[in-house]
Amino acid sequence: MALPPVDAVVIGAGAGGGVAAKELSTAGMRVALLERGRWAGPWDDRKDDLANQRTSALGAPFGPDPARNPRVAVDHNGRERVVLPADGAYSNNAACVGSGTVSYGAMAWRYMAQDFRMKSIYGCPEGSTLEDWPIAYDDLEPFYEKAEWEMGVSGDVAPDPHHAPRRRGLPMPPLPPNREYEILKPAALRLGWHPFDIPMLRNSVPYNGRGPCMRCRWCVGFACEVNAKNGTHNTVIPAAMATGLCEVRTGCMVKEIVLDARGRATGVTYFDAADHLQTQPARLVVVCAGAIETARLLLGSRSRLHPRGLGNRYDLVGRNLQGHAYPKAVGLFDFDTYDDVGPGASIAICDFNHGNPGLRGGAMLANEFIRLPIQFVGSTPPGVPRWGRAHKDFMRQFYRRSIPVMGPVQEMPVFEARVELDPRTRDFWGMPVARLSGGRHPHSIEVARFVAAQAERWLREAGAIRTWTEIPGLDLSGGQHQAGTCRMGNDPRTSVVDRNCRLHEVDNVYLADASVHVTNGGFNPVLTILANAYRVSAAMVKERHA
Amino acid sequence: MPKPSRRSFLAGALAGTAACRRDDGARLVLTAQEARTLEAICDQLIPDDQDPGAAAAGGVIFIDRQLAGPYRRHQRAYREGLAMADALSRKMFGKRLADLPAEQRLQVVKRLERDARPFFQLVLAHTMQGFYGSPRHGGNRDYVSWRMLRVPASPVRGRIQYDLRSRQE
Repeated sequence: MALPPVDAVVIGAGAGGGVAAKELSTAGMRVALLERGRWAGPWDDRKDDLANQRTSALGAPFGPDPARNPRVAVDHNGRERVVLPADGAYSNNAACVGSGTVSYGAMAWRYMAQDFRMKSIYGCPEGSTLEDWPIAYDDLEPFYEKAEWEMGVSGDVAPDPHHAPRRRGLPMPPLPPNREYEILKPAALRLGWHPFDIPMLRNSVPYNGRGPCMRCRWCVGFACEVNAKNGTHNTVIPAAMATGLCEVRTGCMVKEIVLDARGRATGVTYFDAADHLQTQPARLVVVCAGAIETARLLLGSRSRLHPRGLGNRYDLVGRNLQGHAYPKAVGLFDFDTYDDVGPGASIAICDFNHGNPGLRGGAMLANEFIRLPIQFVGSTPPGVPRWGRAHKDFMRQFYRRSIPVMGPVQEMPVFEARVELDPRTRDFWGMPVARLSGGRHPHSIEVARFVAAQAERWLREAGAIRTWTEIPGLDLSGGQHQAGTCRMGNDPRTSVVDRNCRLHEVDNVYLADASVHVTNGGFNPVLTILANAYRVSAAMVKERHA
Repeated sequence: MPKPSRRSFLAGALAGTAACRRDDGARLVLTAQEARTLEAICDQLIPDDQDPGAAAAGGVIFIDRQLAGPYRRHQRAYREGLAMADALSRKMFGKRLADLPAEQRLQVVKRLERDARPFFQLVLAHTMQGFYGSPRHGGNRDYVSWRMLRVPASPVRGRIQYDLRSRQE
């Protein structure tokens, strides 16, 4: 028995899905928002430094359930193994209402104008599938603004000369500086750089009926205990529910997108919270399950017209999986740099996002969020042993006297970095799990080395008595910044969705998550996911009225 | 997300019992001998100096509790690894690891690092987690490591008393 039909079924209540549910329901459409996780909050992570989304040694409290959701990871030597969400190779993003926006650090970056034209500017390196976006920064600009004002962003990007033009400033001022900010800012200015206050989806003053940040150390990886961090779970999803037209259904795992004989989607089938198979008819299907699960769902939705999976005629679904290469420099100081004032990350520069000699792209650089003691254990410079008396001494001496500076390097997409359906391993419901394989492009590592060297210069100028860098390897990139698996483009032979993020092959299936990103910017991607979801939703609403 | 199964509920209840009698030496997974050997390893990984080390801070309690919970999958690795550590110790110095003086323990642990790397890495990661992680899981007794690092109590405690709840776990 099918459920009563809706105008749109939205799959995944994360960044993109939350926005889509709100935009469609406020436009008068009946929406079913399906989420495989549940509502989550600080009562789930309980400020547990060993069981949160950043350090998940004892579990990932915001899901997914490890007993039901394995994946298979293939390393770059071809060795494969079954992995669980707490494992780095799983590339987990949270599975709960709000998804990563519940537990993220909440940096709210607009990509730069150049980030949408990477191939035109730099040319494609051999072994990469680097391409331009089919849209420009200007197409996204109004929606960046909408995301910033509807969800709430604090910060001050005015001192940054590199950002693209914007019509309106940020709705909230930055939080007051912490000690690392005071140390790093004058150093950056002496180097001739342009430091500024990181834009964050975090209340610095009361906004949207909720109070400001209380500056605690339990930020990235945790749900905010005073609800000052702005995700879709406490902004657009409640707004969608308030319309009376959007029903949020948790514990719902979508099985497949169903088509009629002419190739139009008629809705989805899903396993509900009691593991019963349900059929939800819908006029529109909006997939926002994250770059990995969105690709998996399309690949698993096979039919006579789409024997290799939905939208996969040219074997493109699941390709070009990317996240960010994160190089880091750490500086040790002979005075206290740690003041226990959260969220920690406070100051950034965009002087090395583009225009780096001989390199394609780059990264924003910022100081790190507060590191809990367990996260500092592995931060030892070359030559300091990893255990024993000397390691303990190092911890004691430098925990409060160190600053890490890091940045998300924009990666060169790789065709063989991909999501497939695993031929053997199945999940709790009997569906083939995601199989992740491939690795980074070597040029991304070159860029990472350059960016790390700049971070090191910054720390030395700030008075560090010792510095070193940590450069990522060629392992597959994904994680919370996972993107790229269902690329947006004008040509159906080289892209999965069109510029409005509608499948080239199916008229009424749209994607509104980072899977459509052609490249992923030298920034944390969430504001771009949110802005693009606003843009795609506007297109869906317009289409409906046409 | 499903409700906790009967098994995970029972495991939680058992872990609670362990915390209550943590000082009488009762353990959930490890035998008394295994616990002594593990303690001798922890003692080398994070030794006592002017601040207590991992053994004194409850490192074995932490690992034993996790072996009954999230680290159930590592039980066999610990069984075999700890037996191997004692065998190695006997071979090198004629005694079990726990019966050696510190200097010789260190030599055995260094040999483990070289020759039994997967097991060594496991114990090292778990010992660090126990010592530098929250005391709620059985290690870092009385926040010894956080006090050593000069991590202050949270300036705002928050509305939910996680610490109080975890004391009773």
